[in-house]
Amino acid sequence: MVLRDWLRRSWPQALTHAAALLPLARLLWGYARGAFIVDPVREITTLTGRTALMLLVLTLACTPLHTLFGLKWVLRVRRALGLYAFLYAALHFLTFVGLDYGFQLDLLGPAIFDQLYVLPGFGAGLILLILALTSTRGWQKRLGRNWKRLHRLVYLAGILVIVHFLWLVKDIGEPLRYGAIVALLLLLRVPRLRDAVRNARRSTLAFIP
Amino acid sequence: MPRISPSDITPERVYLSRRNFITGMGALLVSSLVLSACGGQEPTPGAAPTTVSPSSTADTDELGQSLTSYEAITNYNNFYEFSFRKEGVARLAADFKTSPWEVEVAGLVHNPKTFDLQDLLAFPQEERVYRLRCVEAWSMVIPWVGFPLARLLKEAEPMTKAKYVRFETLYDPEQMPGQKSPVYPWPYVEGLRLDEAMHDLTILATGLYGRSLTPQNGAPVRLVVPWKYGFKSIKSIVRIELVEEMPVSLWMASAPHEYGFFANVNPEVDHPRWSQGTERLIGEGKRIRTMLFNGYGEQVAHLYEGLDLRKWY
Repeated sequence: MVLRDWLRRSWPQALTHAAALLPLARLLWGYARGAFIVDPVREITTLTGRTALMLLVLTLACTPLHTLFGLKWVLRVRRALGLYAFLYAALHFLTFVGLDYGFQLDLLGPAIFDQLYVLPGFGAGLILLILALTSTRGWQKRLGRNWKRLHRLVYLAGILVIVHFLWLVKDIGEPLRYGAIVALLLLLRVPRLRDAVRNARRSTLAFIP
Repeated sequence: MPRISPSDITPERVYLSRRNFITGMGALLVSSLVLSACGGQEPTPGAAPTTVSPSSTADTDELGQSLTSYEAITNYNNFYEFSFRKEGVARLAADFKTSPWEVEVAGLVHNPKTFDLQDLLAFPQEERVYRLRCVEAWSMVIPWVGFPLARLLKEAEPMTKAKYVRFETLYDPEQMPGQKSPVYPWPYVEGLRLDEAMHDLTILATGLYGRSLTPQNGAPVRLVVPWKYGFKSIKSIVRIELVEEMPVSLWMASAPHEYGFFANVNPEVDHPRWSQGTERLIGEGKRIRTMLFNGYGEQVAHLYEGLDLRKWY
C-alpha cells in the first residue's frame, strides 16, 4: 500500500534509480560469473565511461525538456541523474588509476601527461566532483545566485567528455554522435533559439482542436 | 656412467605436448595426402587439423612471460574487415572461406609464382613464440606456427631493383562485411622494407597453438613481424608484390600523422593521442613497460642504424 502510493507519486525517481543502477548491477553480475575473460579492465573502463556519458547527456536534456515541452517531472530527477553520472565517472577514474595502472605512480605520471585524452576527462571529472559536492539544498542556499552560475559548468563538462572520447578512439563515429546531441542541447539553451522553438511549438499546438 | 633419459633434460609435459604437436602436423600431412588422392575434395586448410587440442612446446616466451590463452587469442581480435568490435570478430568470421586459397607472388621478381595453401604448407613449419604488441597498448604472447617469409621470397628471386615488399589482404565485401565501410581504403595493404622482410624473425604464419589459424586470426596465412605494432602483421594475404617504392599501407593512407610505414614498437615515441610507454598484458590483468622493438632489439636494431626513429615512426 505504502509502496504503491510512493510509486504513484515518485515514479520518475523510482525509474531513474532503477535505470541508473542497472549498468552497475550488470557489471557486478558479469564480473561474478566471469563474463569478462579476455580484457576485463577494458570492459569495465568502457562500461563505466559510456554510462557516465549517457547519464550526463540525460542530465543536460532535463532543462530543455522542461522549458520546451513543459515536462515537469524531469526536473525532479535532474539532480539524481547528475549524481549518478558522477558516480560512474568516479568508478571510471578509479578503474583507470587502480585496476589498470595498479596505483603505480611511476607509470601513472606519463599515463596522465603523455596521453592527450586523459586531461579533458580529468577536467570533466573534477567539475562533476565539485557539482556533486555542492548539489545539496544547503549549498544551494549558501551560494544563492552563484549556485546557478557554478552549475552551468556542467555544459563545459559535457564538452570536455566529448573531446576526451574523440581523442581516445580510432573510429570517431560514436563520439561524434554523442557530440551532436550535446551540441544540440547546448544550442537549445541559447535564449533566442529556445524562444523560437517554444513559439513554433505553441503555434502548432494552437491548431489542434 | 649415469644414463640420461630424455625426461631428465626436457620436462615430461613439454615433450609430451611437443609430441602432440608433431602428431598434429603428421595427421595433417596424412589427411591432406589422402584428400588430394581422392581428388575433387577440398582439403582442410591450415597447419594442423582443428581437432587437435591447442598445444605448444613452450609455456612462456624467452623472457618468461606466460603464453596468452588460446581462448583469448581467438576471441579478442582487431580485424576491421569483419567488425570494429574486438569481441565481435570471431562470430562474424566463423564462415570465412579459406579454401581454395592462392597467394600470388609478383612484381620485381625473376620467378613470379602463385602458391596455393598446400605449397605454403610444404615449407617446413616450425613453432615461434612471439610477443604481439598492439598499437592500442595491449599485448599477448602467441605460439605461432609458420615459416620464415625469406624462404618464400627466395623462391621468387627478387630483382636487385626490388626494395620493398607490399602485401594485400583478400578483398571480398560479401564475406568481409567491414569492407563495405567507406571509412577505410580497402583492401588492407601493408609493407616491409626488403631487409625487414628477409629477416629470420619475420614469418608467414599458418597456425597457432599447434592448430590451423582461425579466420579471426588471419586464416589461412598471415604475416607476423614481432618487433612492429600488430597492425603491420597483415592477415588473410592474397598478394605479395616486390616493389621499388615504399608502399602506402591502409593505415598510412587513412591517418598519416598517426601511423607510419615502419611502426616499430617504441616506448619513447608516443602515438599522437596516447602513450606507448606501457602495455596491458591480456589475460594477466597487469600493466608492464613496453620494450624497444618489443624486446627483439638484439636481433633487429641494426636494421635501423642511423635512422631517426622519431621521424620514421
